[in-house]
Amino acid sequence: MVPTHYYLILSAILFGLGVVAFVFKRNVITIFMSIELMLNAVNLAFVAFSQAFGKLDGQVFVLFVIVVAAAEAAVGLGIIILIARNRQSLNVERVNLLKL
Amino acid sequence: MSPPVEDILRVMPELIFCGFGVLLMLLQPFLRERNGMAFLALCGAGLGTLASIFPLVNAGSAFGELIRADGFSGFFHLLVGLVAFLVILASAPYLERERLAPAEFYALVLFATAGMGVLASAQELLTAFIGLEMSSISSYVLAGYRRESLKAGESAMKYFLLGSFATAFFLYGIALVYGATGTTRLSQMSAADPGGILLRLGLALILIGLGFKVAAAPFQVWTPDVYEGAPTPVTALFSAGPKAAAFALLLRIFSTVPAANEFWFWAFWILAALTMFVGNLGALVQTNVKRMLAYSSIAHAGYILVAFCAVAFTRGDDERLTAGVAAVLYYLLAYALVKLGAFTVVSHLGGAGEKRLDLNDYAGLGQRQPVAAAALSLYLLSLLGLPVTAGFLGKFYIFKAAIHSNLIWLAVLMAINSVIGAYYYLRLIVIMYMRDSQPGVDRIPFPASVNLVLMITAFGTIYFGLFPNFLIGFTSHPGFILGR
Repeated sequence: MVPTHYYLILSAILFGLGVVAFVFKRNVITIFMSIELMLNAVNLAFVAFSQAFGKLDGQVFVLFVIVVAAAEAAVGLGIIILIARNRQSLNVERVNLLKL
Repeated sequence: MSPPVEDILRVMPELIFCGFGVLLMLLQPFLRERNGMAFLALCGAGLGTLASIFPLVNAGSAFGELIRADGFSGFFHLLVGLVAFLVILASAPYLERERLAPAEFYALVLFATAGMGVLASAQELLTAFIGLEMSSISSYVLAGYRRESLKAGESAMKYFLLGSFATAFFLYGIALVYGATGTTRLSQMSAADPGGILLRLGLALILIGLGFKVAAAPFQVWTPDVYEGAPTPVTALFSAGPKAAAFALLLRIFSTVPAANEFWFWAFWILAALTMFVGNLGALVQTNVKRMLAYSSIAHAGYILVAFCAVAFTRGDDERLTAGVAAVLYYLLAYALVKLGAFTVVSHLGGAGEKRLDLNDYAGLGQRQPVAAAALSLYLLSLLGLPVTAGFLGKFYIFKAAIHSNLIWLAVLMAINSVIGAYYYLRLIVIMYMRDSQPGVDRIPFPASVNLVLMITAFGTIYFGLFPNFLIGFTSHPGFILGR
């Protein structure tokens, strides 16, 4: 059986990749995908712990995360379509009316 | 098998908020009357608020400890219910002026409120996550509700991206805490080894996630942009509701997980100091009233974090703990009333399309619209912390808690910040009363419902400023924070 910490390291790497992509990417869709990557890294960690403990509650948590992520995606894509229609661009650097 | 009646009564406020939200959306094709929908929404908010009285008299857990309905959660239910009620009342004329669809707006406000309620009574991190997302997802939509406006779309996008980013951190934190303790129940975490690296990392990530939600520096970057771009009644909701609910969850994690208590002390110290300075210094240079109030709300989150720091320092001293918690609750209520009132004034003085938001547009307001100017001055003075207003006592209680916990330096920083804050609050008052109106600025009559909101918030600000004993007695009741 694969040891639990292998999963955890993979999950940490995926989460880190998500954070890096969120910070450096300029396309809204790509940024959105990086958030999904982070959420799935979380899911992996939950399932790994759940298996290590031999309990099911971590897996139940994952189901909730998946459902909520779907709801969030619906709203998020709606907002992205709104931006694309209003500005004809998906580059976040062009979305800059509000400044510090 | 159906759950016991008591369990259902303990989640009744959420059921009512959601039920009325769904009802509004179902009736929307048949009910063309704007006032009818506003009335229905007000009924939902009012009944939900009334239903939160039950947990106050009959505290306990529901649904196998997923929810803990006690005095603490009851207080927050009353607070967010009141906020929803006032926001709906103030937004009815706003929606008509901006020609926005009312039914979905009210429904989203009610859904968000239900989420905040769940967040305030969560006894399990899964429930907390669901509550957080219920309120966040509704908020993302509300932020972009003025679809034609480029600013609103931008505000919704920024809120959505940074909000989900923060949620991912929050979730990863929960996953690590689960790995360290083997449970997501807050009440079962007390046995965990506080020195574990996994637990500490998890708690730090949870703090980052919730730090975004309460707009604590350095996680505050989204706040001014989102507050400026969102419709102003929604800004009022953001500044009062979700912030209070996120603080509620922080307090609950704090009081039930001993490991969090010690570990978070320095984190709160730094967050509090940084947040106060970022908020106040940022507000100094703003020329847009909405943005200035947004920075001021960051600064106030910093003051509340000072009280958190004091609570963290108590280490098992119950008397000081309850005093610190009472200070937080009092401040949150005083702050919510004032911010609601101030944003309501701003939303109606903004005029069609929210064009008049510059400081100069407020010149001569004292002669043009004495009532609005007086109300806004009262709110600004309360934010500043002048005696007789609730804001003064809020600051006083936090000072007291900080001094009792020997946080002298933090108290000094807070005093310095209050002085910086005085500059920009007083500047707006001076502009309103000492300068003449600019040409072409008309008087904007306030509808009756807006006047009612102003009356309620102004009355509350003065009432709690003069007679705080009832509230403080209520919130510092021993065992107010249960689950210990």
